[in-house]
Amino acid sequence: MMANMKTMFDLNQIDSQGGSVNVATNGQPIAAKNAIEVRDLNFFYGSFQGLKNINLDIEEGKVTAFIGPSGCGKSTLLRTLNRMYDLYPGQRAEGEINFYGQNILEPGQDLNLLRSRIGMVFQKPTPFPMSIYENIAFGVRLYEKLSRSEMDERVEWALNKAALWNEAKDKLNQSGLSLSGGQQQRLCIARGVAVKPSVILLDEPTSALDPISTGKIEELINELKHEYTIAIVTHNMQQAARVSDYTAYMYLGSLIEYGKTDEIFIKPQRKETEDYITGRFG
Amino acid sequence: MPDKHLSSQFDADLNSLSSRLLEMGGLVESQISTAMRAFTQMDLETCNVVIQNEKLVNDLEVQIDSACTELIARRQPTARDLRLVMAVSKAITNLERAGDEAERVAKRTKRLIEAGAPHNINVAEIRLSGQMAISLLRRSLDAFARLDTIAAAAVVEEDRQIDEEFRAFVRKLISYMMEDPHTITTGLDMLTIAKAIERIGDHAKNIAEFVIYIAKGSDVRHIPHEDLVREANK
Repeated sequence: MMANMKTMFDLNQIDSQGGSVNVATNGQPIAAKNAIEVRDLNFFYGSFQGLKNINLDIEEGKVTAFIGPSGCGKSTLLRTLNRMYDLYPGQRAEGEINFYGQNILEPGQDLNLLRSRIGMVFQKPTPFPMSIYENIAFGVRLYEKLSRSEMDERVEWALNKAALWNEAKDKLNQSGLSLSGGQQQRLCIARGVAVKPSVILLDEPTSALDPISTGKIEELINELKHEYTIAIVTHNMQQAARVSDYTAYMYLGSLIEYGKTDEIFIKPQRKETEDYITGRFG
Repeated sequence: MPDKHLSSQFDADLNSLSSRLLEMGGLVESQISTAMRAFTQMDLETCNVVIQNEKLVNDLEVQIDSACTELIARRQPTARDLRLVMAVSKAITNLERAGDEAERVAKRTKRLIEAGAPHNINVAEIRLSGQMAISLLRRSLDAFARLDTIAAAAVVEEDRQIDEEFRAFVRKLISYMMEDPHTITTGLDMLTIAKAIERIGDHAKNIAEFVIYIAKGSDVRHIPHEDLVREANK
């Protein structure tokens, strides 16, 4: 069911069709298997347009980072990818977001199922006020009926994936809130991973963490990308440079430049991108 | 660098890197001119000046390299700022080596003077290529100061002429040595001097290539000259 529909895609083509947004692709078109393909996406907070004609592919098994100044729309874009915005009245999206070929913006979507396929971790760690074990088992029970031993295995598996098992295995029945900030964030990642999504969205996952915890999360991202597609919003450009394969620079709701991270940070094609990443943005 | 960073200290640090590179370049240029004067005039005292000043060039290399490392550690430069820092770090290595070559010219000249062996080798090519090497280095530094990629491409082109002068001199030297084996000792010193000058031209060429890297982001080392010119004109 999850078989890929479109394997080859040329970003330059969108560019010629895309209208106002001129996306530089740094030479080579990005041709690979895409988990998500965003087409002509516009997003509105009431009458305010938060995203303008976004066209972008998120490659499977890679880390895609969104950078840009506050209010540029990077978090908004991330929140459209699993329709998190649906929780709020007055917010709407137009265009297409094709998740393995299926347009998730079409009506009649099972949003709970969608969000289990495209998980999300937020800026502040948000463990549920329950035990570490239950934090993970709670979400799994919504989608799967597992025996006690299967659930134990799943919890251990998810905590291992999130590099938290060794620290948490002796206190699975303690409250998730008893963990440190960095551990709580890894618990949230374990919770997201436990339902076996294919995409993980990270919205500034380390902005509230110290450098050591940040390092652990970044290491985790590097591990997870072998099995999951990851999209991360970050204010920290060095973090984008460290963890991502592709980087998208956004400004005032538009996608200004999207390309391989190395190229964006060494030789960006557009002056706006260069000004921002070199700290000339005023 | 046009455009200002949010941090004026960052601007100051980057500007300081560039100006110290140019300062070092000026010193190396002066070392080469002095060494060539020592060679042309066969003046022992002038040779010694070059040999003594070599230490100043080495000190500058160490200082500027340390400033590059510090800037990377503190600022994590990206894009053209990163390219500038990387290019400065490499360019000073080239300048230091060009300084070594100037010292080599001075030392060999000193040896020629001290040996006192008369010779009738015509050294017109060495003098000419010495002047060309000095001019080339100066122009590569000017191109660096203005990030002028067209001027940089011209430096790369002109380095070929120094190479040609060197080859012409070697051919001539071989003839001298075959004709009169007594000239072999002197001839080998001359060969070393000619080779040193040819190397200075190569270092100037490398610096010119870094200018294109900083300004255009393309690595133009080891590519055909036509491609280099195309990148420079982009």
